[in-house]
Amino acid sequence: MKFLEKYLHKMEPHFIKGGKYEKWNPLFETMATFAFTPKLVTNKGSHIRDGVDLKRTMMTVILALIPCLIFGIYNTGHWEMAVSEANRNLPYFDAMGAKFLTGLGIVMPVVIVSYGVGLGIEFLFGMIRGHSLHEGFLVSGMLIPLTMPADVPLWMVGLATAFAVIIGKEIFGGTGMNVVNIALTARAFLFFAYPTSMSGDKVWMSGLGDKMATNPESVDGFSGATALGDLASFMSDKATVAGEVVQSNVAVQNFTGEYTAWESFMGMIPGSIGETSTMACLIGALVLVFTGVGSLRIILSFFAGGFIMGLLLNVIGGNPYLDLPAYYHLIIGGFAFGAIFMATDPVTASQTATGKIIYGFLGGFLAIMIRVLNPAYPEGVFLAILFMNIMAPIIDHYIVQGNINRRLKRLKTV
Amino acid sequence: MSNTISIRKGLNIRLVGESTKEIKDIPVSNTVCLSPLDFHGLIPKMLVKEGESVQVGDAVFQDKKNEKIKFVSPTSGTIKQIVRAEKRKIVQIIIESDSKHSCKKFNVKKIADTSREEMLNILLESGIWPSFKQRPLDIVADPSNEPKGIFISSFDSSPLAPDYSFILRDKMEQVQMGLNALNQLAKGKVHLSSRKNSDFTKMQNVIHHNIDGVHPAGNIGTQIHHIDPMNKGEFAWSINIQDVAAIGRLFETGVLDGKKCIAVGGSEIKNPAYYNIHCGSLMSDLLKDNVAGENVRYISGNVLTGDQKNADDYIGFYHNQITAIPEGNEYKFFLTKGWLGLGFDKFSNSRLFPTFLLPKSKKFTLDTNTNGEERAFVVTGELEKVFPFDILPMHLTKAAITNDIDGMENLGIYEVAPEDFALCEYVCTTKINIQDKIRQGLDLIASECM
Repeated sequence: MKFLEKYLHKMEPHFIKGGKYEKWNPLFETMATFAFTPKLVTNKGSHIRDGVDLKRTMMTVILALIPCLIFGIYNTGHWEMAVSEANRNLPYFDAMGAKFLTGLGIVMPVVIVSYGVGLGIEFLFGMIRGHSLHEGFLVSGMLIPLTMPADVPLWMVGLATAFAVIIGKEIFGGTGMNVVNIALTARAFLFFAYPTSMSGDKVWMSGLGDKMATNPESVDGFSGATALGDLASFMSDKATVAGEVVQSNVAVQNFTGEYTAWESFMGMIPGSIGETSTMACLIGALVLVFTGVGSLRIILSFFAGGFIMGLLLNVIGGNPYLDLPAYYHLIIGGFAFGAIFMATDPVTASQTATGKIIYGFLGGFLAIMIRVLNPAYPEGVFLAILFMNIMAPIIDHYIVQGNINRRLKRLKTV
Repeated sequence: MSNTISIRKGLNIRLVGESTKEIKDIPVSNTVCLSPLDFHGLIPKMLVKEGESVQVGDAVFQDKKNEKIKFVSPTSGTIKQIVRAEKRKIVQIIIESDSKHSCKKFNVKKIADTSREEMLNILLESGIWPSFKQRPLDIVADPSNEPKGIFISSFDSSPLAPDYSFILRDKMEQVQMGLNALNQLAKGKVHLSSRKNSDFTKMQNVIHHNIDGVHPAGNIGTQIHHIDPMNKGEFAWSINIQDVAAIGRLFETGVLDGKKCIAVGGSEIKNPAYYNIHCGSLMSDLLKDNVAGENVRYISGNVLTGDQKNADDYIGFYHNQITAIPEGNEYKFFLTKGWLGLGFDKFSNSRLFPTFLLPKSKKFTLDTNTNGEERAFVVTGELEKVFPFDILPMHLTKAAITNDIDGMENLGIYEVAPEDFALCEYVCTTKINIQDKIRQGLDLIASECM
């Protein structure tokens, strides 16, 4: 590596102030600091510093996302192939290589567009502000594709990423300064700007929409909806036996028969690219919690909040959404993915230890509330997390105020 | 009567180069130095001119704001040079030693017969006073305040710190005399914190506290917070245990001898050991033929809070150790020794590095590389793990960065000193110089609220 180091030394003068490529310094610095930890030394305060830096922290999150990515690629490939009639009844674990390659062909462009657009904008802002790339987007750039439906047009991914990076982050000052989660900003942007491309039953499998338009018979009787979207249909058309109106508990029974707990937990169901597998998310959670990058407090309380809300809704009952067993809520949709990768974003989450518990609990609680009580938003998780992002400073305010009050009380007793 | 305080949050940074338990004597340096910069916020008013001769204990300058506070020569000889920087700011007073070490004699009575007023005067007059530091602000104590207590730590828990029970093992009587003298100053409010089973637990006329646990257990700020936390409007004084012994000697002999024992250590020191020195000695006397590497950072003090010095600089007033560690001013390839390497050579409080897998006996050679660039605060909860105060470290730091006076007051700025944040600064992913930010916050408080 001496060769590369020498080359960097040789090139450095061109990029520092007064050099001929001065303007490109942020780009140069980003490359150089990626390849080599820079030779910066402590100049004030503690003379030694811990090994951790933001690069390693962010790289750990990306590592934690890899199970979701790999499973997402496979799952996307599976459902893409299932769209064609010939493969309709292909077992899930058959033709794995072909499915993985098919999935790769769909997912990789989305990942590339997300990173390309996002990093491009980050560099632009870096050049304007004169700093190298800050690492935050390395994670956002991976999260954005994983929250997208498989059939999303690439230009939308690009547009959403640009919106999220500029409006969600850079206008606040960049990495560490944003108010709401970047990846969810991108998701929310598309959800509200292009609802037909982000929900319904055509978008979750690549190619299904086209088929429905050109050759509807070929996909007759084949549902492309997510488990959540499909739940309602068990009440009406699918579940009717000889024209009778079906009780909601029967609808739920039919639903859990179609989407077994095992399949839902493993993620062998249609959905956004990276969100379907609770199993893959939990592997990621293990990495995050063990390394201390993700907050166990948030993850656990998020699950607890969702579960308790599910139980409460079970008590009320009356329609399939309300009657769905509480644990099902945790394994379908983007609940686990949101709890583990979105809610734990330290910049937008609560910053105090107690605050994290409240924040996570309310997040999970609201996610299921929105999911069940507002049929317009079957996927309430991202809305709940965005809402809690906004609320996090208020939660922290009360925790900090508690700390301040303890001090004031001490002063009074003296 | 004693109570045990257990410090769980914190971190012992295990460095190579601990001083062996032997004390070496070195001859008096040709020159010694007294630097006003060692006393934060001090504006000196000179009492001597270049060329004048001084004895040990002769006042060299005084505090312009509080002229009772005098700073005395630690050696006898002539004032060689008054070094000034921009705007004629006095940086150093260099005294050429005549190696006679003749001392000025002070008029001392028996401790028991000395009133509080007389005690204050003798401590101010003899020049030992600047050894007293006050909370809040972490500056030289103002003698006109009534402190809520005098806090003394009989041990230092910072990396490679000197072991005071070794240094003072045959000076226990002097320590006891010093404590008696302090007791005259703050009747019944002298707190002595010690490790369990240390010899200092036998001292009298003090309130004992047993401190258990990891660094910063030995920091006076941690101890005050757990013994009797500071509130707005209160003052606490602290003094190093070696200076307590010096007060004892003052009352025993009537002179302030300006001597202390320091530890010299760190991975770049060939023979880490203890040395008897004169305050303000040249560091090069101790480092001569004793440094292994070439690219070395010399630190007066410990690696967390000390001052960066050149080898030919002088040891700082408050420092009881010299540390030498390698400089880290070189590129590190990201997969081998850089940010994405396995990192068995790094000492980290985070599980992103395998430090936690290695045996507790393993010691590390750490250099001065920041291991990354400065960033905004992203990670939360990591500072709290090494900050044993009921204070929110990140919130207080942010309040200091944003010059938020109300915020700082509310969040506990009166209780802390920059050194309390040294471990936070060490573990922080952002590489922000937190101690410096806290100092700036304290400066703002000093100018606006005190």
